[in-house]
Amino acid sequence: MRIPCPYCGERDLSEFVCRGEVATRPDPTTLSAGLDALYLRDNPAGPTREHWYHAQGCRLWLVVERDTRTHAVTGARPAAEAGS
Amino acid sequence: MRYSIFSLAANALSGHRRWTPAWRDAAPQADYDVIIVGGGGHGLATAHYLAKTYGVRRVAVLEKSWIGGGNAGRNTTIIRSNYGLQGNIPFYEQSMKLWEGLEQDLNYNAMVSQRGVLNLAHSDSQRDAYARRGNAMRLNGVDAELLDAAGVRAMAPFLNFDDARFPIIGGLLQKRGGTARHDAVVWGFARAADRRGVDIVQNCEVTGFIRQGGRIVGVETTRGAIRAGKVGLAVAGASSRVAALAGLRLPIESHVLQAFVSEAIKPLIPGVITFGAGHFYISQSDKGGLVFGGDIDGYQSYAQRGNLPTVEDVCEGGMALMPMIGRIRLLRSWGGIMDMTQDGSPIIDASPIDGLYLNAGWCYGGFKATPASGLAFAHLLATGEPHPTAAAYRLDRFATGHLIDEKGQGAQPNLH
Repeated sequence: MRIPCPYCGERDLSEFVCRGEVATRPDPTTLSAGLDALYLRDNPAGPTREHWYHAQGCRLWLVVERDTRTHAVTGARPAAEAGS
Repeated sequence: MRYSIFSLAANALSGHRRWTPAWRDAAPQADYDVIIVGGGGHGLATAHYLAKTYGVRRVAVLEKSWIGGGNAGRNTTIIRSNYGLQGNIPFYEQSMKLWEGLEQDLNYNAMVSQRGVLNLAHSDSQRDAYARRGNAMRLNGVDAELLDAAGVRAMAPFLNFDDARFPIIGGLLQKRGGTARHDAVVWGFARAADRRGVDIVQNCEVTGFIRQGGRIVGVETTRGAIRAGKVGLAVAGASSRVAALAGLRLPIESHVLQAFVSEAIKPLIPGVITFGAGHFYISQSDKGGLVFGGDIDGYQSYAQRGNLPTVEDVCEGGMALMPMIGRIRLLRSWGGIMDMTQDGSPIIDASPIDGLYLNAGWCYGGFKATPASGLAFAHLLATGEPHPTAAAYRLDRFATGHLIDEKGQGAQPNLH
């Protein structure tokens, strides 16, 4: 699997750390929303959006679009620009 | 037909032409008392104990392809009960005791081989942790032996004892641990369940659930609708996908775990050996292949295959531990999809929806748990109460704070 870093170009998987599914920040005043955000996952079989960190490269946090059935990576943007 | 030396001799004399299929390839009936979704080891074990121990006979196991074609055929076949937390030890020891009597119970050779499981220690703190774990095991009646370096050397003289960074200073040995033949476990449970009237329905994928007044009363499948008093999911690897059909979100991420087997060589590895400084575990199959594995790849996947950085990482672990395997050629590698829960421990519990029960979240450790998981899930399905050995494996433990953090890691935070 190779990830097209918008800053460094297409780079090998071993340079990145995966944090997991992109989720919206939970409502801080509701306990159950916080618990859901901490522990529950959509865990889809198919296209998904994830946070990846380019630890051995530019150290940008990215939002990567990827298919969990095939590992095909269809896009990567800086998380700051993706707004999540 | 009951298998014995006499049945073998009789069939040998008749040229092995009279063996009959070990189980029926059943067609689904219109309704059952209990439907188990998933024809892997856990699902078939559940059906066996439901029929045998709890007297529930109208049971079907629905499998989307062929039985044992998922993670039951993709593991590294290790059995052990060397756990350290009270929520886990009685459960895994129950499993070990069932392994010890499994072949007689099933009348099937599962090739259970108690050749020992040795966890190596490379630092004083790690030895202290193993001493604590060994003591917890012995307090629960589980066998455990703390070895010093000389003790390890007597068992496995080929290890890299004097490595500058990770010297081997001892280990924790469970002699009753070992390996079993993964396919035979599936086939043995299938045959035993079938003999008690359980329908094993293959090529039957669950595509939805039938609800009546908020309760689940059956499943929609590729072979038609089937009604049931209770539905149990035993589909680890795909638990999130199947639970999503019922509108549930689970505390689970699906990750790919790779495993490897080398070409066959003469006997080399006595039992199962695990590297304590990295993540690498190895045993030798009866055919002679070295069977080994390491970490999950670290990203969500349903692809049943992994990537090369993890292959490199696993092989580096092996080379650090036993450099002489460097010239052995790799025969095959494959990936299985793990239900990774957020605390690394499984779930055997009723779901929030009436009539639907979960057996999920087995992380790396599903194979060794197969018999106890089946027994505990059968108990839950038959009585509505958790089995005493599995009472901690609740779905709501993440909300109540009763996590079972045996290793302090689940799918995250990348500490594998």
